[in-house]
Amino acid sequence: MALTRAQVEGIAHLARLELDPAEVPQYEQSLSRIVDFIGELERANTAGAAPMAHPLPGLVQRLRADEVTERDGHALYQRNAPQVASGLYLVPKVIE
Amino acid sequence: MIDRPTVTQLAADLRARKISSVELVRACLARIEASQPALNAFVTITADQALEQAEAADRELAAGRGGPLAGVPIGHKDLFCTAGVRTTCGSRMLENFVAPYDATVVARLKAAGAVMLGKLNMDEFAMGSSNETSYFGPVRNPWKTDLVPGGSSGGSAAAVAARLLPAATATDTGGSIRQPAAFCGVTGIKPTYGRVSRYGMIAFASSLDQGGVIAQTAEDCARVLRSMAGFDPRDSTSVDIPVPDYLAGLDAPLAGVRIGVLKEFFDTGLDAGYERRVREAFAVFERLGARLCELSLPNIPRSVPAYYVVAPAECSSNLARYDGVRFGHRCSAPRDLADLYKRSRSEGFGPEVKRRIMTGTYVLSAGYYDAYYLKAQRVRRMITGDFERAFAEVDLLMGPTTPTVAFALGAKSADPITMYLNDIYTISANLAGLPAMSVPCGFVDGLPAGLQIIGPHFAEQRLLHAAHRFQRETDWHTRVPERCA
Repeated sequence: MALTRAQVEGIAHLARLELDPAEVPQYEQSLSRIVDFIGELERANTAGAAPMAHPLPGLVQRLRADEVTERDGHALYQRNAPQVASGLYLVPKVIE
Repeated sequence: MIDRPTVTQLAADLRARKISSVELVRACLARIEASQPALNAFVTITADQALEQAEAADRELAAGRGGPLAGVPIGHKDLFCTAGVRTTCGSRMLENFVAPYDATVVARLKAAGAVMLGKLNMDEFAMGSSNETSYFGPVRNPWKTDLVPGGSSGGSAAAVAARLLPAATATDTGGSIRQPAAFCGVTGIKPTYGRVSRYGMIAFASSLDQGGVIAQTAEDCARVLRSMAGFDPRDSTSVDIPVPDYLAGLDAPLAGVRIGVLKEFFDTGLDAGYERRVREAFAVFERLGARLCELSLPNIPRSVPAYYVVAPAECSSNLARYDGVRFGHRCSAPRDLADLYKRSRSEGFGPEVKRRIMTGTYVLSAGYYDAYYLKAQRVRRMITGDFERAFAEVDLLMGPTTPTVAFALGAKSADPITMYLNDIYTISANLAGLPAMSVPCGFVDGLPAGLQIIGPHFAEQRLLHAAHRFQRETDWHTRVPERCA
């Protein structure tokens, strides 16, 4: 199945990616190839096979005691932030 | 200085004080520096820190203390977080990211006394089979530098193959330990999903990612894995099952072990010379008393398409965290928040990562979820069922690791499907969460080929045992590229 330019741009928007107009045809082509390739799964008879999200059957996700295990490390973590002021992450103004 | 030291040899010599960790680390660092222009195996070299750790290890050893890997130099794939050391994941997105904490794997190997020499190059976010997607440039294969080393753990495999390091950490989501190990002529093990903690391991596809080891020998893999593996309360998918002593019983006889030869792995895509090497390896196992039989796993051929739904779906969710706000690349002068997200992500990610994010976004989007994602999860169940039936009859499964030996840089970068099909024999073990290894089994046109060994869940010891016995009978794992000898 060939994806159209509009479809590729729509997917990019959903993924919050901005494609250079010049690279769109490249993604159109390669994503169409991939969609064709994975489309092969359609032919598999999966009747009776329950979807499998996790490779270890029967594994139950653990819960832990509600105890404080970490200390406040925001100063350390914010060293990696592009823009910080007064311990807050800065982003462009959202509400006018 | 020992010529081509293994972890096992070095650990013993360090403990016997025949060599010091400082002199060993200096020698390795010199080799690494000299190799960089040709191989580009490292993204970051941590020389000062390594020498400090080596001095500390020497003091411990002098006092008769020190962990099982005291003073042994290692490298970490650059997706394991290392406190205070930049952790790039091979991406511009994390070019300046300094991890605030150690991954559990890093902390455990540190506690065992291992000395980290640096961070190893890799495909961007571990997405690739050739190491060509790294923002820091491709790693080159030490056997022939115009060839790829495989990926995504290409830096780890090339560094061990070139004897820059005796062992390195690596990760495997669809073959990223085994395929580069095969291409570079070294030994690699991907443990069972849940065996090694994923805490601090930058996520690609969380139901498939698993950390492991690349080293020269199965014995070395056992030695390093023993210090890495085990339950970690910080990883909710870590499994609370005791870690056996992987070194125990490595020399036990193989007589009576049942080995299944996977029919589907000997398809038309397999190079004829490669097939001969793998069948010669089977003959070695027969001589050792193992019993071989052919088995068919009919759903295996659907592994690659199922994987290229599941892995991109998980990738698109995991990589949503890179928003240019809390860490990672941020574009300059964003107009508004939407522009900040879009341009930061578009500038920070390379083309293959974007392609996978978009594939994942597509298969998870309204109207396609059932047709692709749910369908792939059902196929995944059927593939896992095939393995369960096989392991009711045999102890191990064997086949080739890859369809061909290493290919030329650029040879497969034009078409993603051609590149994806490189992992045709490795992906099924990830879908089923099984432990799997690649072991050097000979050469095709002067380039290494790999024998793949797959076992049931938590049978790492069984894999390591078979691989070790094979390596006692063969010397493929001792071969070194001419330029590195």
